[in-house]
Amino acid sequence: MEKFNPKLHLPILVFGLAAPFVVPGLTIQVAVLWVMVLFALTWDVMGGQMGYNSLGNIFFFGAGMYICAIVQIAFITDVGAYTASNGGVRITFTHQEYFMGLICGIIAAAIGSALIAAALGWTVFGLRGPYFAIGTLGIALAAGELMGTWEWVGGGGGISMPVYPGSADGKAYLFYFLCFAAAVGTYLFCSWLYSTRFGLAINAIRDDEQKAEAMGVHTLRYKTIAWAVSAFFLGISGALFGNITGFIEPLEVAFPTVTFGIFMVAMSLLGGKGTLWGPVLGAFLFHFLKEFTWTYFLGWQWVALGVLIIVNVVFFQQGIMGWLMEKFPEKFGIVVEKKEAAE
Amino acid sequence: MTDAPVIEVTGVSKSYGGVVANENVSLTVPAGGITGLIGPNGSGKTTLFNSIVGYHPIDTGSIKFKGEEISTYRVPQIARLGLLRTFQQTRIYSNMNCIDNMLISIPHRRTGFRDMFKDRADKPTLEEVDRLLDFVGLYEKRRLISGDLSFGQQKLLEFAMALMNKPEVLLLDEPTAGINPTLINGLIDRLRRANEELGITLFVIEHNMRVIMNMAQTIYCLAHGQLLAHGTPDEVQNDQRVIDAYLGAH
Repeated sequence: MEKFNPKLHLPILVFGLAAPFVVPGLTIQVAVLWVMVLFALTWDVMGGQMGYNSLGNIFFFGAGMYICAIVQIAFITDVGAYTASNGGVRITFTHQEYFMGLICGIIAAAIGSALIAAALGWTVFGLRGPYFAIGTLGIALAAGELMGTWEWVGGGGGISMPVYPGSADGKAYLFYFLCFAAAVGTYLFCSWLYSTRFGLAINAIRDDEQKAEAMGVHTLRYKTIAWAVSAFFLGISGALFGNITGFIEPLEVAFPTVTFGIFMVAMSLLGGKGTLWGPVLGAFLFHFLKEFTWTYFLGWQWVALGVLIIVNVVFFQQGIMGWLMEKFPEKFGIVVEKKEAAE
Repeated sequence: MTDAPVIEVTGVSKSYGGVVANENVSLTVPAGGITGLIGPNGSGKTTLFNSIVGYHPIDTGSIKFKGEEISTYRVPQIARLGLLRTFQQTRIYSNMNCIDNMLISIPHRRTGFRDMFKDRADKPTLEEVDRLLDFVGLYEKRRLISGDLSFGQQKLLEFAMALMNKPEVLLLDEPTAGINPTLINGLIDRLRRANEELGITLFVIEHNMRVIMNMAQTIYCLAHGQLLAHGTPDEVQNDQRVIDAYLGAH
């Protein structure tokens, strides 16, 4: 596992802890940055480290969002009756009800999403390459449409989330730090995971799955767990994001395949897929550019993001970390090592 | 070498649509020895290897490994029994360095859930990696990305990865193809040592007659998917059917 590096980790930690107090007006934007970091890291477990380019990871974000909402509501009232009112009935949650619901909701979202991923894995991991990408995209698209027809969870009208029993600032701080903790937790978990045999196995699957099978590696087991790991953290991010927005609906908020679903791929590619730091770096750059263009070049923001993605995939496929590894291999330990020097 | 067969192939047939790749092939591979498999291109050698290691189901016949029927097993299951293969086109994990290629090649026979999350390597495993990379002459390049090695070096790495897996039987598909003559001699020497010192049974497809005739104790020759002849290298070399179908064309 990566050791604590004060020059690298400390500035990020300080930024993360201080941001809502230094720039309180941007608390939610920075909270979303941490969600983006989580998105990129979890996508990279599959796409970068294991070579399975999922376009449907956003499904677990939405699944986590709905699971959390259902648990939170079910804590004090009937879900069907709550959603049928379309937000017309305002229920005041006590602090205890709200926080117990939220904690249980987040846990359920994480575990529920991971279990769904494990179950889906048995079917979709028979697909390879573009078929896997399209198959997973199909799952996310279908989920959005299906949730839109399920009246018990609000159908296309969505769900108004339980109202935070406190001030707006208090809510912003709470969910900011939860998003920050989720991103740090995801980073630490990935850092540990890649330092184990699991990391080696998924890298081997990426490079040559047939070879890995021929060497006796339990490939399906590794693939299923990798997807469940991604889904676990994505479920948490969905649970948090649903509460930040305060309202969830299937297509634009819970299963946004053409925005968040693609962003997570783009961020990982930009920073350098298959590396621990690439997705983090990519998320920072991508989110900064997104917020910058949304603020100062409104109307051109999609063009700017499109240009960034095209330049990345056409001229700079290895991403920033990949480019650095090519340019300075010795910094990454890629060296010829004389026998006497090593001993 | 003992007379007890470690692999028994009995009456195996395999067709792809109308193309008969193997027809009623029977052979045995004795434990602890080096057995060769020769034949013209398209004679069904690689198909037979693929059948043995479970890449595709056979149409009829039986394949046994140490007396256990394995023809219905899948590739990883067979590998975990200790029956491993290398590929005609060298296959390594090309974005990983040589050490990582070796570390993921440890035996997976008893890998439980918790084993998947253990540290990449303990000290004895790292020493074994160093020893085997030294054995194949890649020690100094162990931290390089394996895809950047030359073709011959990749062959050697693939061989070292196979040894790391501690197989009982190793099926080698044209181990010397594409390797320069100097490296070939080194590879032959290492194959012999793996057989003699580590006790690994070798079953080798090879077109280089000098290599296979010097290495193997028993040779099988396939032609048009059928077993044409078998015997000692001398017997096979002097078999008129083998000369007509294969050696005469050399």
